[in-house]
Amino acid sequence: MASVVLSEAEKVYIVHGVQEDLRVDGRGCEDYRCAEVETDVVSNTSGSARVKLGHTDILVGVKAEMGTPKLEKPDEGYLEFFVDCSANATPEFEGRGGEELGTEIANTLYRVFSSESSIDLKSLCINPRDHCWILYVDVLLLECGGNLFDAISIAVKAALFNTRIPKVRVLEDEEGSKEIELSDDPYDCIRLNVDDVPCIVTLSKIGYRHVVDATLQEEACSLASLLISVTSKGALTSMKKMGRGSLDPESIFEMMETGKRVGKSLHIALQKILDEEESLGTSRQKVGFLG
Amino acid sequence: MAAISMRLPVARKAVVPSAPRGAEKHLVAPGDTITTDTGYMRGHGTYVEEEKLIASVAGVVERVNKLVCVQALKTRYNGEVGDIVVGRITEVQQKRWKVETNSRLDSVLLLSSMNLPGGELRRRSAEDELAMRDYLQEGDLISAEVQSIFSDGALSLHTRSLKYGKLGQGVLVQVSPSLVKRQKTHFHNLPCGASVILGNNGFIWIYPTPEQKEEEAGGFTTNLEPVPLSDREVISRLRNCIVALVTQKLMLFDTSILYCYEASLPHQIKDILKPEVMEEIVLETRQRLLDLEG
Repeated sequence: MASVVLSEAEKVYIVHGVQEDLRVDGRGCEDYRCAEVETDVVSNTSGSARVKLGHTDILVGVKAEMGTPKLEKPDEGYLEFFVDCSANATPEFEGRGGEELGTEIANTLYRVFSSESSIDLKSLCINPRDHCWILYVDVLLLECGGNLFDAISIAVKAALFNTRIPKVRVLEDEEGSKEIELSDDPYDCIRLNVDDVPCIVTLSKIGYRHVVDATLQEEACSLASLLISVTSKGALTSMKKMGRGSLDPESIFEMMETGKRVGKSLHIALQKILDEEESLGTSRQKVGFLG
Repeated sequence: MAAISMRLPVARKAVVPSAPRGAEKHLVAPGDTITTDTGYMRGHGTYVEEEKLIASVAGVVERVNKLVCVQALKTRYNGEVGDIVVGRITEVQQKRWKVETNSRLDSVLLLSSMNLPGGELRRRSAEDELAMRDYLQEGDLISAEVQSIFSDGALSLHTRSLKYGKLGQGVLVQVSPSLVKRQKTHFHNLPCGASVILGNNGFIWIYPTPEQKEEEAGGFTTNLEPVPLSDREVISRLRNCIVALVTQKLMLFDTSILYCYEASLPHQIKDILKPEVMEEIVLETRQRLLDLEG
């Protein structure tokens, strides 16, 4: 993870500030930075989203392609995640430097979406054992400003909300071979139900308290953090501990409770903005990358 | 109680230029022709092609008699002798420290240019060399003055005064060097209750005002006691105000920061970073600065 070097006095200042619930930029321990969400930014994808959380900038593109289902789940489609840490984000990611972080994030995303209830994979099936939709979710890290996992999960949920998969019809031939017909109307498509897609909340332990949405400086002061994925109803789907420090079981319980609370508000805010963007329809001015 | 605000991005609006004072500024982008007159000498940020003077950076054209140069808006820090800088130690080498000051090369702080604790004036011995890490380690922040410039462009710093030295608790804000106005003094004790060091290299250091002068150490023993909450609020508010001024590309000097602080008082500290509040505060600051001049 990209990190900044801080002096001892700066770290002490940050830690004392967190104890008094006043962080360096005036936020409380459970406040997020101002986030900007925009969907449908990349034209040649089935769905895309861009999220800017402070200095963290994430771009997610979802491409739907037809393929054969997995052997153990013949009547379901599946998701494939790939995370690319661009060298634009920080010089540490130059060449193969970002590969380790990229695989770590991708594995976390696989784990978060491994729960059966998060996304309805049966709706992605076309022909059991023969054809299904595979959703390739590509995440691009444009700028690294702390709290990568949260921003990535928000962007993935927004991109899945924006994904439009074309409707297909299966035609039976006389010999029994099946043909797939794509509908001619480009607006005739199925949308995914993202109500149960979880979002990741990272809680970093600084001193005796924990904070949500840590900046790069705060991450340098925290020795351990807890990553939990929460659905909009407040259910926990996965948990992961990161960092080289240790966590007390009691503080883990407290962090889980905070995470569930914060996760529910996060989902409400995200759904509100996605619905608002949808309601604007074609009259919305696309900002994109040159705004 | 969590506060999460999400919004749709809004395209940036062009700022209406304030009343023009004097000549209109000549803005150029890389590749723009500045002049086809061959009587001019080319300065920094320009090059000559086919008898035309063309800009190589994006910025404002400055003309001094026959010298034409382009001052870029976003650039690395180009040091001048006598500038105050705030830097971070990156390496501890044999008789010197390497300091990161947002310039093209890391600056150098020689052991002989550093004040010894107690203010003694003596020749630096081998023991001093071995004890270098006790004074300054990797990651420490210092305030220093540029003593000279090496032939390759690297700056040589010195902390030979009691007002320079290692910095204690506080907040660092990194901005572009061209936004820090050149003034007589860069150390300000603001009346709102905090002090600020405006480094010419774009590193702004905000820290709680020390109660009384600590003469003995010359800045080596850092005070690690908790800073009171009232001071913290002032520091956080100042930090957000500076970020707001920088986002709207206003010059940073003590008066502009103070006016911005006063304009931000009706809002909560964490609200200052919201785009609409930022615009409102900076507009008020800009208005007050214009009234001050006019």
